[in-house]
Amino acid sequence: MQIIDRRLNQKNKSTVNRQRFIRRYRSQIKKAIADRISQRSVTDIDKSESISIPSKDISEPTFRHGSGGKKQRVYPGNKEFSTGDKIDRPPPQRGGNGRKASDNGEGDDEFSFQISSEEYMDILFEDLELPNLKRNKLKKLVNYKTIRSGFNTDGNPSNIDIIRSLKGSMARRIAIQLPLKRKLKKLQAELALVDKEKDPQHELELVETIEAIKKRIKRIPYIDTFDLRYKNFTKLPQPTTNAVMFCLMDVSGSMDQQTKEMAKRFYILLYLFLKRSYKDVEVVYIRHHTQAKEVDENEFFYSQETGGTIVSSALKLMQEIVQARYNPTDWNIYAAQASDGDNWNDDSNYCHKLLDTNLLPLVRHYTYVEITDREPQNLWHEYQRLADVHQNFAMQKITQQNDIYPVFREFFKKQSIINQLSPRAKG
Amino acid sequence: MNLKPKKRVSSPISTGSDWTYELVDQYYKVIEEIANDFGLDTYPNQLEIISAEQMLDAYASVGMPIGYNHWSFGKHFIKNEQSYRRGRMGLAYEIVINSSPCIAYLMEENNMMMQALVIAHACFGHNSFFKGNYLFKTWTDAEAIIDYLIFSKNYIAECEQLYGIDEVESVLDSCHALMNFGVDRYKRPYPISMREEKRRQKEREEYLQSQVNELWNTIPNKSSNDEDKNQPRFPSEPQENILYFIEKNAPMMPVWQREIVRIVRKTGQYFYPQRQTQVMNEGWATFWHYTILNELYDRGYTTDGFMIEFLQSHTNVVTQPEFDSPYFNGINPYALGFNMMTDIRRICENPTPEDKRWFPEIAGSPWQETLTFAMQNFKDESFIAQYLSPKLIREFKLFSIKDDEKEKKLEVTAIHNDSGYQEIRQNLSEQYNMSISEPNIEIYEVNLSGDRSLTLHHTQTNNINLADTASEVVKHLHQLWGFPVKLMSIDDKGKQSETASSPAKDKTKI
Repeated sequence: MQIIDRRLNQKNKSTVNRQRFIRRYRSQIKKAIADRISQRSVTDIDKSESISIPSKDISEPTFRHGSGGKKQRVYPGNKEFSTGDKIDRPPPQRGGNGRKASDNGEGDDEFSFQISSEEYMDILFEDLELPNLKRNKLKKLVNYKTIRSGFNTDGNPSNIDIIRSLKGSMARRIAIQLPLKRKLKKLQAELALVDKEKDPQHELELVETIEAIKKRIKRIPYIDTFDLRYKNFTKLPQPTTNAVMFCLMDVSGSMDQQTKEMAKRFYILLYLFLKRSYKDVEVVYIRHHTQAKEVDENEFFYSQETGGTIVSSALKLMQEIVQARYNPTDWNIYAAQASDGDNWNDDSNYCHKLLDTNLLPLVRHYTYVEITDREPQNLWHEYQRLADVHQNFAMQKITQQNDIYPVFREFFKKQSIINQLSPRAKG
Repeated sequence: MNLKPKKRVSSPISTGSDWTYELVDQYYKVIEEIANDFGLDTYPNQLEIISAEQMLDAYASVGMPIGYNHWSFGKHFIKNEQSYRRGRMGLAYEIVINSSPCIAYLMEENNMMMQALVIAHACFGHNSFFKGNYLFKTWTDAEAIIDYLIFSKNYIAECEQLYGIDEVESVLDSCHALMNFGVDRYKRPYPISMREEKRRQKEREEYLQSQVNELWNTIPNKSSNDEDKNQPRFPSEPQENILYFIEKNAPMMPVWQREIVRIVRKTGQYFYPQRQTQVMNEGWATFWHYTILNELYDRGYTTDGFMIEFLQSHTNVVTQPEFDSPYFNGINPYALGFNMMTDIRRICENPTPEDKRWFPEIAGSPWQETLTFAMQNFKDESFIAQYLSPKLIREFKLFSIKDDEKEKKLEVTAIHNDSGYQEIRQNLSEQYNMSISEPNIEIYEVNLSGDRSLTLHHTQTNNINLADTASEVVKHLHQLWGFPVKLMSIDDKGKQSETASSPAKDKTKI
């Protein structure tokens, strides 16, 4: 007998099979997720999700006996029956006695299971890519970090590595001195043997050569430029993982709570979306009526204001904040604006100008959602002109909650495809 | 009894509830000693300590330690995990694999008593059953199963690489639908092994295709050119092993698909004995864990607390809810099996006049021999037909119900009284008869000269129709066969009607 501890083995042997299952039923799961997102409370959007798909879709058929015909079965626990008794057929529903009528049948209509928030997001954002991802790759914000990378023979005196340099110097000195010292030793030994009286000439020669060698040895420099080693540094490109998301919303009297809730969902989707690509995502909330103000999340969504609407005030504030805090070379900037389309008529034109010249060049992507079921107004038309010119500007209209997700997908549909197609179309 | 005189040890092996390797080892040794005293013949054992999660994994792959990948295993995993997390399902205490060495899983969460119980139940109960029962002996090769599983996993992974996951998946889907129709019930198979498979696989690849081509040769045969009608039916006899027939005869099937059909067929074959011996297998194992642990106690190895805890788990396992209980879910194989095994021992040791009348040949015989004989030579169906005693029928208060679609009410045809024993025994036995519990479907004919269509016959018993799933299965069959497939039902009076066909007939004409 042997005991083997398997606990340390890889767990989740079924993970592959689980993934296979999800892969196979992706379309059903996607549908289930799409159904749920409209009902889901915003605060728990990041949690795991329970998914139900019809179990008939996932059944594994086999040849089985159906109902009907003549069947004979044995049951335990007889109480009052005697031979020949006739009993009413138990009702065919589930539970209680009904179970025995259909002991082959599968009762559950829905197969429900949990998918992790990771899987949830994967499926939710499937086919979606970050706006302008392709182009971002080229001109993605990059900071450099200096890191050590070995040693160099050339460099700035302040980078000299003393230990390495001295090791080099010692090695060089040893290497050059050795043959000379050997020679010196030999000559000195010879000198000791020479008879001074007999052969002064030879002695003199020897002494001279010895002196010369000693001088040569002395002349070997203690340190040479050859020995110097410099610490080497290289710059490692570090893509910026910072992103800031501006949420702009009209909170004037015409925006009711329901509309705001809808906008909220959109912002959360965007937030989650950015969160998947950037390590840190900061959110700036700007609400406006005739004046714009930077607020916290709670105030943004739940305080009620009255009065008219001047959209440009928010845009101006955003520009100020960008200048003050979010340098576009360090931050990936995203903005989403929600409104019911109301604006002071003269202001819309100004908004167009602000976005066109000041804001759109700074941001990675700007989305505008109009939550209304009325005819589009001035602001919409002005923005439409922007959408034609700027690739990083997108706008959509939302009338009800279920629209959000499709609209969101529309916004961030794989841009790479569009990017690939458009030059060809032009060319 | 061959037992040595009982020796009592002075102190129990353990008193606490936590287990350690040393304790498991000590318990194993004494349990082994007792099992040897009782004469249980087993494969060598291998205990594997696993966590609850790993137990769920093992569940998903039906206890197979290695299996090929398929979404349906994922589905079962999710299902089990779900009900486990919600507390709807407790995990089984053990899973044991019919292999040599016999692998038994011990869950780390279990306490010492449980581990001892599992060792007695799995390592000696199930293990000796696997080694002794005739069905397992003829249908499975414990030495080779692990090798074969590795072979099949690798082969299928290779196919996925070559032909894509979807392609392989759809073949597996179709095979799974027919998995229960992949055995020759009345012929004995060759045991499977990896070495053999590998060696033969190459030959088979070449040979198979030539075989098939032979069959489908379109060049007219001189002799039978003008006497098509006299051409013998193919297959000459109806074939019950549908997967085997597909593997050998499907006209256009690529070789790798034939190999997959074979793998599923062989895997199904491995489970075939298990499906037929559930009551006996569990009954045997439960009987032995009960007997061994009691002996353990008698010899002084365990404490009173250990035994009380053990009896509680044991009682839970062998409870049979009555038919009107909300917990009723058919007859509990543990309960029926355990009680029958215990009852056989009782009949041997203390037969009543009734037992002498019903079981003259075993009443008063040595119980170990009689029980071992029963374990070795029966399956559930015949075991019940042979050994279910009137006393047990009374204890279980069994009654038999006739459910005829044509009648308004159900009829109680037999209860636990003198006139009912025979019938109940007969009916219960048939409940475990696979040829009755599974529909009788055979491959009847292939249209060789025409559209190559395949005709299956479903021979009804008692006018029981096939479940609706049949049409789905026929679709799967069609996918494997590659040409039209038709399923005919033949009722009690011999009348034929079409149950399903694929591709579906155009119904607009009707």
